Parts: sequence; C-alpha cells; structure tokens
Amino acid sequence: MVDVPVAPVPSPSADPSPESALDPAEGVVVVTGLTKRFGPVLAVDDLTFAVQPGRVTGFLGPNGAGKTTTLRLLLGLARPNAGTATIGGRPYADRRQPARHVGAALEASSFHPGRTARDHLRAYAPQLGVPDRRADEVLAQVGLADAAERRVGGFSTGMRQRLALAAALLGDPQVLLLDEPANGLDPEGIAWLRQFLRWLAAQGRTVLVSSHVLSEVEQTVDDVVIIARGRLVHASSLAGLEALARPAVRIVSPDATGLASLVDVQGWAPVTRFAGPGEATVFDHRAAEVGAAAFARGLELHELATADTSLEALFLQLTADPEPGMPPPPVQPFAPLPGQGVVP
Amino acid sequence: MIAALRAELRKVATTRSWWLLALVMGAYMLTMAVIMAGSFILAMRQAEEAGQPADISGGLGGDGAAVLDATTVATSVYTLAVALGYIFPAILGALAVTTEFRHRTITPTLLAEPRRGLVLGAKLVAVIPFAIVVALAGVVGTVVGGAVTLALFDEPTLLGDPEIQGVIGRQVLALVLWALVGVGFGSVLTNQVAAIVVLLAFTQFVEPLLRILLAQFEATEAASKFLPGAAGEAIAGSSLYVSSGLAALLEVWQGALVLLAYAVVLVLIGRVTTFRRDIG
Repeated sequence: MVDVPVAPVPSPSADPSPESALDPAEGVVVVTGLTKRFGPVLAVDDLTFAVQPGRVTGFLGPNGAGKTTTLRLLLGLARPNAGTATIGGRPYADRRQPARHVGAALEASSFHPGRTARDHLRAYAPQLGVPDRRADEVLAQVGLADAAERRVGGFSTGMRQRLALAAALLGDPQVLLLDEPANGLDPEGIAWLRQFLRWLAAQGRTVLVSSHVLSEVEQTVDDVVIIARGRLVHASSLAGLEALARPAVRIVSPDATGLASLVDVQGWAPVTRFAGPGEATVFDHRAAEVGAAAFARGLELHELATADTSLEALFLQLTADPEPGMPPPPVQPFAPLPGQGVVP
Repeated sequence: MIAALRAELRKVATTRSWWLLALVMGAYMLTMAVIMAGSFILAMRQAEEAGQPADISGGLGGDGAAVLDATTVATSVYTLAVALGYIFPAILGALAVTTEFRHRTITPTLLAEPRRGLVLGAKLVAVIPFAIVVALAGVVGTVVGGAVTLALFDEPTLLGDPEIQGVIGRQVLALVLWALVGVGFGSVLTNQVAAIVVLLAFTQFVEPLLRILLAQFEATEAASKFLPGAAGEAIAGSSLYVSSGLAALLEVWQGALVLLAYAVVLVLIGRVTTFRRDIG
C-alpha cells in the first residue's frame, strides 16, 4: 500500500491497491465452538461465527459480552478452553510474521509513554519484515504525520486510537481486527474512520470492528455479529438485522377490556407481555390504521405512538440481560429498557 | 532471531531508562568510592598515629580481616561497583520485561512475534549492550572517584598493577551477568514496582545480612559463597566483604557460572509462568 494520502481517504475507485493480489480465502475469519472460562465466569461460551473478506463486520455486544476476549483468542494471546479460532484457515500464532497478514488494535493504551510515535512503530518493524519508512507511511495514513516525533505520553485518546490503528496497518495486513477503534475519537475522527474502514474493505480486506454501540458503526458495517454474555445472539448482514425491526404501534387505553376486544376483533397479534393492562403493542401496522380502528369502535385512547424501531433499540433488546427465571425475550422491536416497569 | 533481537534492542534504546540508570550508577559509584577511599585513608592515618596496623573490619569480621595496606584499600574501593552497584544493571534487566507489562506493550510484542520463548531470549541478548554501558559507567565512576581521592592524599592508586586492572575489568562481566539475572527476575515478577522494590530489598538488605549471618557458622559459610552477590564479587575476584574477612569467594569462573545459573533458572521460571499465561 503506497501513495495513500492522509485523510480525507480517497474514494475506492482511486484505490491503488491491487484487489486481485488478495486471496479471499486467506481473509476469512472463522470462530468455531470457541469457549473461554475465567474461573467461574464463562467469558466466551460456545461461540461460532464467520467474518467475510471485502466487508466491514461489526462485532457488537455490551461491555463484558466477551468481544475483547474473543479477539484475544483469535490472536493467540489467550488459549481457549474449547473450540478454534482461525484466520485464513490457520491459527494466528501458526504463521510466520503473522502481523503481515493480520493487523490488530486491541487497546489504545499499549504504548510506552516515553517513546515517540515513530519509535513505537519502528520497534515492531523488524519482526514484521517491513522497512522503517513504513512507520512514517502509516502515520501519514492515520493523520499523525506531524506527531511522529512526539512522545506518546502526551497524546490525546483520539491520537492514541490513531496510533493503535497505525500499528495495526504497519504490516499492510489483509485482515484487520480492531477493538473499539472509535472510542475517544471526536465526531470528525469517527467520520474519517468510517471512510477509512470502508476504503480498506473495498480493497478486499477483511475488517472486523468491535463496538458496544451499534449506532457508532451502523453507517459503516456490512455485516453484524452480535454477542451477549459470551454467546452469539445474532449474525447476519446489516440488512438482515434491519429486517428484524418491524414497525409497531403502542397504544394505551383506560378501558382495558375494550382494548383487548379491539385487538381481538382486528386479529392483531399484540404484545402485552411487557405492558400493563390497558396497554398493547401492535406489530406490522401503522399508527393511522390502529387509530382509525380504535375510533371506529369508540375506544378511548390515551396514547398512540409509533414504537422505536431503531436498530439501537433492537440491539439493546437482543443483548439485554434476561430477567431471572425468564426465557430470553423474543426478537421484537420493542421492549422495556432495564429499569422500566416490567410486568411479566 | 535477528529480527526479534533488533526489535528488542530498539525497545530499550528508545526509552530513557537505560542511560538514566547509567548516569545514576556512575554518579552513585563515584560518590561511594570517594567516601570509602576517604574513610580508609582516615583509618590508616589514625592507626599510624597510634602506632599499630589498621584493621579493615572495624571489629565486625573474623580472624581473616586484612590489614589495611595499599592493595587492600585499592581493591576494596575499586570493586564497589560490583559490591554495591549491581542493583543498577539488575534493574535495567528487569525493566526490559516489566515495562512491557506495565505499559501493556507485551500485547503488540507478542502479536509481532507469537513465539514467546524467542521473545524472552531476544530480551536476554538485547539487554547486554545496554548493560555494558551501565556497567562501564559504574566501574568508571568507582575507579575515578577512588583513584582521585587516593591520589589527592598521596596514597598509591595502584592503577598500573595488572592484578588490580583485572579486578576492575572483570566487574563489567559481573555487572552484565547481573542484567541477565534482572531479565529473569522481571520475567518472574512482572509487576514493575514490586520487582524494583524486591530487587532493592534483596540486594541492599537481605543478601548482605544473609552473608554476614551465614559467615558466622562453619556449616553455612560455604553456602554464602553461592549467593548471587557473592558470585558477582567472585567474578571480580575481590571485594569489600572479602577484605573484611567475612567470607571467602568462589573462583572467577565458578562465580560467573553461578551468576549465570541464577539468570538461566529465573528466565526458565518466567518462561513457564508469565510467558505461558494468557496475556491481557
């Protein structure tokens, strides 16, 4: 990868990197039955998923879901209790100069504060087998060219994130595993990162980006892998996830019996499990239809609202902690947030 | 191995700790040498006035305490680097491992080279050139401080004596071996603050005390020779402890082997503990 200008990232069409040079099979990340136990805690629990090259994949889950542990297992830094994790069909540590194939940024704090940005990168250049000037190339790529000779101790969080990304790019790897790369970036930095990751994926590279906030990566990712409590809860394309978010209308009436009979007569499939009496959520109908039906029956409504069908709400529901003794909630676009009154 | 070595060399070179340690060791040894040489000169002058030979031990040592003559004074002063200063190369070695854990750079290090034994081996070798610089700073500080003080008071410096020169020069080897012991120790105890505190406590307090205690009994006297500090002094061939009649030392080559053995055993322990565990 040469002649890559600093941000703004060039459009994929101006991409100088030869796509044909990358073997897609070498870019596939496969996790199979992966299990990691820390004492009594199952950090990763029989996790299986695959990540495809040429796409940006969001690796999502709340804090503590096991994302970082999974990445560490993928990178051979920790050993699983069961299962396998391969990149391009091989465990990370089985490769010679693995960082030339897989670039990873695990935490934005893995720097010696007394070292300059350039020296930090150059410390790893010999083992990657890349020339020293590669350090300046990747610094320019992430917009840190001017900070090359500054000690990392004085860097802002955003600059550390960029340096961590530069370190991941040092070996010009086909596969990038980035743990929360947007943390600490300002909005401008996040916008830049989005473009940059899209650009990398457009070259046929595999880009896996973890995040605990779906909205942060929603505009960037092609695919999503969602985990919670160490287990897979959803894996699909972003479109596949969006398809789960069905339109819904929430209605509240003082006349609980009337409301129930309205739902009955209309043949709606309401969800009242999470609501109190006199409340219902109606799927696959618009507010206008529901309102008209209630009006026709003379039912008094105190609330008629289109439910929050954002992906973020769906994500929260998918990853929510199940109530003790309750089965995990079904996939619905609408559920009370933790802390809100829940009537089982 | 070459690539791993180059990487480790760069990691040490790009931090300030190695030359700070060299600087502090040089200054510390210079000061100690001036004080020690001054004390000996004072003791000799007082004994001269009293008309009896000066005893080096001040009543602490046993029967073997040397009479204060020019050779004893010179060797005692010139070997202060190995007798008191070995904490500096030991810390240098320990830092080569503990900084990686303190600043979590062990993660990118093991991503660049997942063969952990190779990483540890490269650290062991890479620390040597820096240890030589630190050792030279300490030895030069000791000799300059000692010789200048002796010369100022018209005592012989004995710097032209080949035996004294050998004693001075072999300290560098001993101090470099101490850096390797430090690498091993750091790989066993990766908490940087704890590693430095334990090293300080052991080298400055525990071992000197142990040596004095062990030397008191015939059955344990031999054991005291195998303490790492004693082994280091054996490489130089003399030290303040010996002049004090506290204990005999091993042969030069035996001392080198014993100190090297400490380094190897500690590194092996680090390899099967720290460097086998999950990282992060």
